[in-house]
Amino acid sequence: MSLIKVKDLSLGYDSKVVAKDLNFEVNMGDYLCIVGENGSGKSTLMKTLLGLRKPLGGSIEFGDGLKSTDIGYLPQQSIVQKDFPASVYEIVISGLCKGFSKSLFYSKRDKETVLSTLERLGISSLKHRCYRELSGGQQQRVLLARALCATEKIILLDEPVAGLDPVATKEMYDTIQDLNKDGVTVIMISHDIAAAVKYATNILHMGDDNVFSTKEEYLNSELGRNFSES
Amino acid sequence: MMDKLSLYMQYPMVRYAFIVGILIALCSSLLGVTLVLKRFSFIGDGLSHVAFGAMAIAAVLNFTNETLIVLPVTIVSAILLLRTGANTKVKGDAAIAMISVGALAFGYLLMNIFSTSSNLTGDVCSTLFGSLSILTLTKSEVTLCIVLSIVVLIIFILFYNKIFSVTFDEDFAKATGSPVEGYNLLIAVVIAVIIVLAMNLVGSLLISALVIFPALSAMRLFKSFKSVTIFSAVLSVVCAFSGLLISVLAGTPTGSTIVAVDVLAFFVCCIGGLFKGAKG
Ligand SMILES: Nc1ncnc2c1ncn2[C@@H]1O[C@H](COP(=O)(O)OP(=O)(O)O)[C@@H](O)[C@H]1O
Ligand SMILES: [Mg+2]
Repeated sequence: MSLIKVKDLSLGYDSKVVAKDLNFEVNMGDYLCIVGENGSGKSTLMKTLLGLRKPLGGSIEFGDGLKSTDIGYLPQQSIVQKDFPASVYEIVISGLCKGFSKSLFYSKRDKETVLSTLERLGISSLKHRCYRELSGGQQQRVLLARALCATEKIILLDEPVAGLDPVATKEMYDTIQDLNKDGVTVIMISHDIAAAVKYATNILHMGDDNVFSTKEEYLNSELGRNFSES
Repeated sequence: MMDKLSLYMQYPMVRYAFIVGILIALCSSLLGVTLVLKRFSFIGDGLSHVAFGAMAIAAVLNFTNETLIVLPVTIVSAILLLRTGANTKVKGDAAIAMISVGALAFGYLLMNIFSTSSNLTGDVCSTLFGSLSILTLTKSEVTLCIVLSIVVLIIFILFYNKIFSVTFDEDFAKATGSPVEGYNLLIAVVIAVIIVLAMNLVGSLLISALVIFPALSAMRLFKSFKSVTIFSAVLSVVCAFSGLLISVLAGTPTGSTIVAVDVLAFFVCCIGGLFKGAKG
């Protein structure tokens, strides 16, 4: 059974439908890229998968022992966080602050998890730095570290390279690819078709038609050809 | 001057005033950061006006311990405001404005119509800006203040990590399975308790200042949530203590003196922040 199976899903706000007839599935170890124009409902889809919004119709099934709360995610940058006084360490460890089952205080093991995650993403030296004084790329890494603390199974990334310079973008993609090779399932929203084609195993194209296909199928389709040429 | 102070300190009421003042200042600074960053400052403001209205009712009904009426009313309003605020932002703000202004008007009207006191303006003034000195607190009010402050402190310490994650990124907390609504409710109730407490110290119009200034000051100088929280608690206590001292010695109104000291501290912290920034 697949990790996530989406059937005839329609999304939106109140009764305004943003996207409909979405059908796709995500298996263990997949790297799914969601592409499409601004406003096509990519972020809304992500919020619905995370359970932050109710679907207007259709269903989302979680399988293989995955619970909807086992998903780590990297939000599109929000304004509130921009002037929040918080150190990198405080933010990353907050990824471990889950549900009622967790105790109220962090254990020694939690702290070790944070240190090893920082190490893994190459940001150990930033541990005591203030989040809002970091560069865009560093901030994204911190949020990625938090997502990894929340889960090792599957991460959702909403435009993780938006606003990054080319070097930082490349590094971010490489890091995500490494994680995927280590067995983390990745769902990434991106504007960048070239990157999607380069790294992903599956592609969901959102727009007038929602097309879900493997990378190879996508490249050979009319849609993919149009998109990659333009 | 020291003589005068030690003379005053012999009175139990003066000592109580200092204990209560310091506890209240400590509690009110704790949630300042959350309030500022979650854009809850509005709710704080609205609630203080509701508390004023409730206070007026309590005064009209001649309750000896007004807090017993004011506290439940304020808590219920906090929960209601949070509910409406969560659904749609604009409506939430409008609801707050309506409730708070309405409560102010009704409170004053009630006091005006039913009050038997010869000094109505004085009564209203002291509810809005704090009594001339908090020495007028009764013994039972002092006990209640101390108990509530300790409860607030314990809740804050227990839920510190949860409060951080809900304040920093509510969506993430929700997505990873935290009962965010529950925590927001907890925060709203604690804010309501703090407001009722702070009303004793500085009056309903100045509560926001007591809650927000220490947090804003700390945010000028410190960069992590923990250091900001600790520094704003320390700063708030120091300001309240100095304010109380000045007001006892110089005979100035307690509430406004404390808030004036808080404002002063804010400017000092701003300047400190500029220096720190300039040095890198
Ligand atoms: N909170 C909201 N309330 C109502 N409509 C929204 C909200 N957020 C986004 N939308 C609308 O939903 C559509 C899809 O938005 P979004 O999912 O953010 O697109 P994308 O991430 O693909 O750029 C847009 O037309 C946007 O205006
Ligand atoms: Mg988006």
